[in-house]
Amino acid sequence: MSDTRALYEEVILDHNKNPKNFGSMPDADVVQEGYNPLCGDSFKIYLKLDGDTVQSVSFEGHGCAISKASASLMTTLVKGRKRSEVEELFHVFQEMLKSDPESPLDTEKLGKLKVFSGVREYPVRIKCATLAWHALVAALHQQEGPVSTESGS
Amino acid sequence: MNRPLADAPADSPSVTSAVPPAVLSANGNFDVNAVRRDFPVLSRSVYGKPLVYLDNAATTHKPLAVLEAMDRFYRTSNANVHRGVHRLSMDATNFYDEARRVLHKFFGTAIGCEIIFTRGATESLNLVAQSYGGSVLREGDEVLLTWMEHHSNIVPWQMVCARTGAKLRPIPILDDGSLDMDAYRSMLSERVKVVAVTHVSNALGTVNPIAEISRLAHDVGAVVVVDGAQAAPHMPVNLRELGVDFYVAAGHKMYGPTGIGILYGRADLLERMPPWQGGGDMILSVSFEKTVYAQPPQKFEAGTPPIAEAIGLAAAATYLMNLGMSEIHRHEQHLLRTLTERMAEVPGLRILGTAPQKAGVVSFVMDCAHPHDIGQILDGEGVAVRAGHHCAQPVMQRFGIPATTRVSLGLYNTDAEFDALIGALHKVRRMFA
Ligand SMILES: Cc1ncc(COP(=O)(O)O)c(C=O)c1O
Repeated sequence: MSDTRALYEEVILDHNKNPKNFGSMPDADVVQEGYNPLCGDSFKIYLKLDGDTVQSVSFEGHGCAISKASASLMTTLVKGRKRSEVEELFHVFQEMLKSDPESPLDTEKLGKLKVFSGVREYPVRIKCATLAWHALVAALHQQEGPVSTESGS
Repeated sequence: MNRPLADAPADSPSVTSAVPPAVLSANGNFDVNAVRRDFPVLSRSVYGKPLVYLDNAATTHKPLAVLEAMDRFYRTSNANVHRGVHRLSMDATNFYDEARRVLHKFFGTAIGCEIIFTRGATESLNLVAQSYGGSVLREGDEVLLTWMEHHSNIVPWQMVCARTGAKLRPIPILDDGSLDMDAYRSMLSERVKVVAVTHVSNALGTVNPIAEISRLAHDVGAVVVVDGAQAAPHMPVNLRELGVDFYVAAGHKMYGPTGIGILYGRADLLERMPPWQGGGDMILSVSFEKTVYAQPPQKFEAGTPPIAEAIGLAAAATYLMNLGMSEIHRHEQHLLRTLTERMAEVPGLRILGTAPQKAGVVSFVMDCAHPHDIGQILDGEGVAVRAGHHCAQPVMQRFGIPATTRVSLGLYNTDAEFDALIGALHKVRRMFA
C-alpha cells in the first residue's frame, strides 16, 4: 500500500510552505548551486564560514516539497557544526535513505531527519532529499562549478 | 526483395493474420470497453487501486495482438532474415518484409518513398541528421527547428551543425503553444536547407500544420524532417498528403514494442545519402578494395534488424487500422475536451498549451504544488502521469517554468478514469495549499 501521507509528513509540508533561512545572503563566503536534472530542481546555497565551521547558511531556488523541506531543515541543523560533523550527518542521512523501508531507524543519530524516512519507499526521491546536502558539502569544500545529483553519489 | 507473403508455402505459420476484427459497438461507434479488454495490463491495480494510465506520451501499452504476434514468431519461426536458405529463415524474411508493407499502408506512403526500420525515433532522427545533414550542410546554411522540439530533434542537429558550420535557428512559439507561422515565413530563405519540426508536441500537445510548413519549406528548396512520434498513434497520418521528405515514428508509442522505430524518406534522397552504420545486410558486395552498398532501405539497416519488433509493430499498426485512425482520433478528441473542461474546474491549476489544434496531451502547473509532488500524489491514487521537463527544456524556458505535470491520453482511456485524476488533484490541494 502506498500512503503518500507517510512520505509527506506534516513537518515536511510545513517546511515546504514556510521554509527556514530562505533567501540570498549578500555577504556569503561561498555560493553553491545544486541542480537535479531529472526534475529541474535547482537551489543556491549561501554559506558563511568561520574556519571550517558553519557560521550561517541560507538557500533559495525552486524544487519539489521533498527537496525544499530537506534544504530548509538542513539549514537549521548545520549551524555551528564543523565540516566533518556536517559530512557525518549527511552520511547518516544518506544511509538511512538507502536502507530497507522496514529496517529500524537510528533515531538518536538522525534526530529531526527521521521525518524523511518515508522517502525509503520511493528511491527516485532520494535525489530530491539530498540535493541541498550535496550542494552544502560542495560549498564546504569550496568546490568550483554547480553540483548535480547526477554526478557521484 | 519484397516478396509477397502469398509465395509462402501452406505449412508456413503466419504471424500477422490473426488480428481481431474492428472493435465497434452495436451502434458502430468506437467501443472503448471492448478495446480495453485487448490490453492485459489495464486490468492490474496499483496500491490496491485500479490503474489509471495517463502517461501514453511516454509509452503506450501493448494489445494482445502485438504480444501474440511476437510470441508466435519466437515460438514458431525465429530465424535471421535475408541470410538463410532454410525454411525458418525464409519465413522470418517474409514476415519482416510483410511488416514493412503493413507500415507503408499505415502511413500512406507516397510513390518513391521508403520505410527504414531503426531502433527508435531517436535513432531515426540521428540517422537523418548525420547522414543527410552531414552530407549536404555547409557553412552559412541554416537548419530551422522549433522551440517545441523534443531533445531528440534538437541535439542531433546541434551535433551536425557543430561539425559542418551550419547554423541552427529555432522558430518561436506563441503564448498558446502554437507555432509562430509568421516568424517561420520570415525565417525562410535560400540559406535554409533543413526544416526539422515535430508533428505533435509531446510537452504541449500542439498539432503543427505540417502540410503548410512543408509547402513553404519546399518553396525555398529546403528538405522537411518531421518527428511524428506523438502523432502517428493518435491521428490519421497520410504521408502522401503531407508531402514531407522524412518522417519519424517510435514503435513503443504506437502500441508496439520498444527497440524499433521508423524512418520514412524519399528514395532519391536516401540513395544519395551516405550509409550511416556499416555492417552486414547493408551491402551488395564487400572486398578490401571496394564495397558496394545495398539500395535503401537495406542500405540503412546494418546488422540483424529488430525482427520480432518489426512483426510486433506491424501487428500494432494492423490493430490501429482495424480500429480506424479516424475513430481513435475522434475518441481522443472527445476525451481531451472533457479532460480540459474538468481540469479547468480545479482551483489554482493552469494548463500550458491551449493551441486550437491539439492532441491528447495536457501539461499543467498548480500554484500550490511542484509537478513532482503532484505526480507522486497521483501515483498514490493509481494515476500514472509524468512530471518533469519532458525532454523539452526549451519549452519550459519559453514558459518560464522548471517543469510541468503531464496527462497524456491513449485510445483506451475513458471519461470515467478522469474521476480518479480529478479526485487526486483535489487531494493535492488539500495537502499542499
Ligand atoms: C516528440 C518526440 N520525439 C521523439 C521522441 C523519442 O522517442 P524514443 O525515445 O522512443 O526514441 C519522443 C519520446 O518521448 C517524443 O515524445
